[in-house]
Amino acid sequence: MSVLQTIWLIVRKDLTIETRSGEIAFTTLFFAISCVLAFAFALVREGKPPEDGGAGVLWIAIMFSGNLALGRTFERERQSETLRALLLAPASRPAIYLGKLLGLMALLTAAELLLVPLVAYFFQAPMFRHPFWLTLIVVAGTMGFASVGTLFAAMLVRARSRDMLLPVLLYPLTFPVIMAGVRGTTALLQPEVDYALVRFWVQLLISFDAVFITLALWTFESLMTDEPR
Amino acid sequence: MPSWFTRTAVACAALFIAALVFVALAPYEKDMGLVQKIFYFHTPSAWMFLTAGVVCGISSARYLANHSPKLDRLAWASAELLVLFGAIALVTGPLWARKTWGVWWQWDVRLTSSLLGWMIGVAYLLVRRYAGPGSDKLAAGLALFGMANVPFIYISVNYWRTIHPPTSVVPKLPLSFGVPFYLSVTAFTLLFVMLLRLRVHLEEQRARVDSLYLSLDE
Amino acid sequence: MIDFDEVAAENVSRDFGRRRALSRVSFQIRRGRILGLLGPNGAGKSTMLSVLATLMRPSSGRIRYGDLQHDSHRSEIRARIGVLGHDLFLYAELTARENLAFFGGLYSIGDRYGAATAALGRAGLSDRADDPVSSLSRGMRQRVALERALIQNPRLVLLDEPFTGLDDVSAAALVARLEQLRDAGAMVVLATHDLDVAEGLLDEALFLRDGRVAQSIARPEGLRSIYRRVIGRLGQ
Repeated sequence: MSVLQTIWLIVRKDLTIETRSGEIAFTTLFFAISCVLAFAFALVREGKPPEDGGAGVLWIAIMFSGNLALGRTFERERQSETLRALLLAPASRPAIYLGKLLGLMALLTAAELLLVPLVAYFFQAPMFRHPFWLTLIVVAGTMGFASVGTLFAAMLVRARSRDMLLPVLLYPLTFPVIMAGVRGTTALLQPEVDYALVRFWVQLLISFDAVFITLALWTFESLMTDEPR
Repeated sequence: MPSWFTRTAVACAALFIAALVFVALAPYEKDMGLVQKIFYFHTPSAWMFLTAGVVCGISSARYLANHSPKLDRLAWASAELLVLFGAIALVTGPLWARKTWGVWWQWDVRLTSSLLGWMIGVAYLLVRRYAGPGSDKLAAGLALFGMANVPFIYISVNYWRTIHPPTSVVPKLPLSFGVPFYLSVTAFTLLFVMLLRLRVHLEEQRARVDSLYLSLDE
Repeated sequence: MIDFDEVAAENVSRDFGRRRALSRVSFQIRRGRILGLLGPNGAGKSTMLSVLATLMRPSSGRIRYGDLQHDSHRSEIRARIGVLGHDLFLYAELTARENLAFFGGLYSIGDRYGAATAALGRAGLSDRADDPVSSLSRGMRQRVALERALIQNPRLVLLDEPFTGLDDVSAAALVARLEQLRDAGAMVVLATHDLDVAEGLLDEALFLRDGRVAQSIARPEGLRSIYRRVIGRLGQ
């Protein structure tokens, strides 16, 4: 089975399970909403949100929701040890990684479709003024977070303390994503948009994605095999 | 204790004492006064922090490629030293900064990158300690990704103002400052190497005990 | 597609830190045979199965699949191995048919839905084919899991405690299925506690204790007394 076919098979499988049970989708979406509301309660005084607060809140909410979704997706593979079954099959390892990555991207994109309007409303951020650039930043940034996250969440499946360790590993490693995402989004929300600046952040995000997906594909097999010491 | 330890420890102690003497005798810097002398401890610590980072990153990458336990021990030992020297640098830095520039902390390139690098080091140690079986691979992956992250962290933070003195300060040091400084650097380097070798030695002993246990089963 | 006539473990050892899970285990199995791995908990049966399944590398020694070594051609070797684990490897929210079709796809089966339907027919579960796996009883799930392990027509079949939680009827059905496989030329390696069921099913028995081979018997009978003798003896 070719790599592309394998990827498609895995993505379809995850989407089928999701549409049927909706467990991860619903909980992630609801979590995203609660997250934004919590920030709104904490930070918005008398209808006035903090200056440029919207960008920061958006990306923190994406990070937290992403963390949750990652944990749950791989927890599901842990039940009945289906991740093991995937590794037992002759399917190529990079295909397994990419299949899980795309599934996660689909989920996070759905959450962001909800998050962006919510943040725009509560934090009075004009998110929809430049939809093309916003979409680009959000997708590139989410891809960066998801590419690192999928790899480490897969590795943590058999580990102890995996719930605590995932954020501990992810947040320092995805710092450039958050930085670029927040700065880029902030730049886009200004009344006078500096397009050169926005382009810079988008380029940084895209190169981050390229480097880290490549690195993940290289190391996935090595990291998932159980070698004796 | 391994055979080389006593000699090295004595040499290290001697170097530190010499360095302290020279530091005490060194002239005061005209603007900063006594506080400037933290520089003799802060900068070498930071350099050791960076060296430990490079050693950890490279040995982790090589460990993932060829699975040699020696490389794994080296990666773990250097991660511990990264956290140790990083902590020293991150504490002495703000102490100095507070007196000199009036602020404890600033989000400039050098500081932010160092803090993040240090946090990745701490994450590495947490993984080794708490992740259970397979933690060696997991930590190695973390170190590798951390190393790959450095240029991105640098570029992304660089768009802010830099408050750190430019690196060109060090080569231009006059002799009265230079001697205590380089003495201090040598002392720190020897300490670093000694601690690294000692820590790797400890892990080697552990591995040997494990294989002794195993051979009991024969 | 590669194939092999025998699988041989040669001096296989596997350590976990200072615990030796397997210690110089050697055995051979040929086509059309059922080999039983018997022994108490912690004897190393599951570890041995993991090594045979190429999920784990041995610390020393090697596994030979015909002329192929365990560390080359891993992908091709994996395509010829079917594993029924302790945890059934099934997605609870998918139907039985979808589970089989998914794994059929991973193993590059031609008409995967057709193969899935046929497999469910063989297992006698055609009427429950479109129910989610979570709604099936343990015995039925076991049957689906077995078909999942066999969907790619593997040469080597590995089963880890397959009789756990099965009632007599289901156990008998499983025994019949395994005998069918054996007669069709597969190699079956079965780790189990259930000596009564294993009795009469096994062509060869390998007794493991503390990772070591305590005894290896061809055409075993009276398993319970042999077990007591072999394992009990080492316990002193």
